[in-house]
Amino acid sequence: MTVHGIIFYLISALILVATGLAVTRKNMVHAVVYLVFSFFGSALLFYLLGAPLLAALEVIVYAGAIMILFLFIIMMLKMEGLENRVLPLGQWLPAAGLGAVYLAVIVLMTRADRGGQEPLEAMMALPREFGKYTFTHHWLSIEIASLLLLIALFGVVHLGGVGGGRPVEPETGAKEEEAGAG
Amino acid sequence: MMIVPYSHILLLSSILFLMGMFCTVARRNLIMMLLGLEIMLNAAAIAFVGAALRWQHLDGQAIVLFILAVAAAEVSIGLVLIVFVYRKTGSVDPEIRL
Repeated sequence: MTVHGIIFYLISALILVATGLAVTRKNMVHAVVYLVFSFFGSALLFYLLGAPLLAALEVIVYAGAIMILFLFIIMMLKMEGLENRVLPLGQWLPAAGLGAVYLAVIVLMTRADRGGQEPLEAMMALPREFGKYTFTHHWLSIEIASLLLLIALFGVVHLGGVGGGRPVEPETGAKEEEAGAG
Repeated sequence: MMIVPYSHILLLSSILFLMGMFCTVARRNLIMMLLGLEIMLNAAAIAFVGAALRWQHLDGQAIVLFILAVAAAEVSIGLVLIVFVYRKTGSVDPEIRL
């Protein structure tokens, strides 16, 4: 096994352990911090697999922006005592069973695939080439993505602004129905 | 330098996807469900980057760029919907009745 292989297995163990801890935490702040670890591991994996620009974007967008947004919302909302009750068996047992079947199918499929067995050659896509390729072959998709982000911004301002939900005090019982819920 | 076979990358990303799916299905908290969606998108991104290396084609990495944009839009809309529901009901339980 080469050095790159050892690094890959170390990073994947880090990612799996951090994600497993994150999805089982009861405290949501701890879950978000473990997930930041997991996304840092994903960024390292992207760099190992030859995508340095995507590694930087993963750290900036995922670990930086999205997780901090989650932290803001968790700190903004008061939710002590949530999820204290035991998870009903009827809820997570079907999920675990389906997941086991899915995992078995994936293992069988990757074993049956003869083309994916030889080790990959390490290569690096330089950010300049990647950007040139993306902006020449996928410029329309980039415009659509920017439009999507703009629409998301409009939606956030519309739903989360002063008119959305109950405007001032979450505890007081204002009962007006909002027309803009859809 | 050789790394690992593509099947190992696919296995890692499918286990991650499974964890995200479990988090989305089994947790009873809207914010944890949204975190599960993020884990699933990240697992798909890992599979795409591995595929880009295997077939030595930049399309896989370009799609990861769009996955990032979609994840940012999705998480902002999802969180603002959670805040909306919280203002209406005072809870982030997915079983709450409006």
